[in-house]
Amino acid sequence: MDSTIRVRTKLEGDLVQMRVLISHPMETGLRKNDAGELVPAHFIELVSFTHKERTILSAQWGPAVSRNPYLSFKFRGAAKGDKITISWVDNQGESWTDEAFIE
Amino acid sequence: MQPQRRELLKLLSLMAAAGLLPVRAARSEDWNKAAFEAKKMDDVVRMFGGGAPQQSIDLVLNGPEIAENGAVVPLEIESKLSNTESIAILIEKNPNILAAYFGIPPGTLPWLQTRVKMAETCTVYALARAGGRFYYAAREIKVTIGGCGG
Repeated sequence: MDSTIRVRTKLEGDLVQMRVLISHPMETGLRKNDAGELVPAHFIELVSFTHKERTILSAQWGPAVSRNPYLSFKFRGAAKGDKITISWVDNQGESWTDEAFIE
Repeated sequence: MQPQRRELLKLLSLMAAAGLLPVRAARSEDWNKAAFEAKKMDDVVRMFGGGAPQQSIDLVLNGPEIAENGAVVPLEIESKLSNTESIAILIEKNPNILAAYFGIPPGTLPWLQTRVKMAETCTVYALARAGGRFYYAAREIKVTIGGCGG
């Protein structure tokens, strides 16, 4: 599955606000398609963010997180150019890892 | 997925299996299945190893009074409780009450914004673990068009 993770960062001192948009269908398993068939559940279960080999946020999600999940959070100890690694795993065993850099 | 990317992921997973990567990749057994199948807040708290949660004014849950579209309800949660270790979002009348759980390590602020689906008008809870205890804040959000089919 193709995915994209879009990240915007706002640095103030060593505090950075991350705004993250992940493309994913986040199907609940309760929705019917146009043919009236149930669309199987397909949602991200785990998301983790790491900065300098340290986890800065680890999330567990259910299907009630909106399609193309949006998340914003803030952490300290960041500097311009620092790399953030973002990984997710979904309930169908698919996974994705991406990198973003603090602006 | 692009072929190159697939090869890279395969290599990364082999390296992870061999213990060559410093950060352990997320694994599906880390997902708290029992908590995500729970129907009540007390059960969610129990699945995360806690006792009865207390309401707290130091936990702030912001969201719209009325959500036109239940598929996309923006929420903001801030904890002023010292040593906040996690924040979760619970939606009373969804098929399963737990929507999302966030582990907040030291250095990360106990603040976040996200978007969730709501099946119908109901109470939304922010649930935080701080100093080993669980606290919650509640807010009613009216939903015009339910979002759990989407």
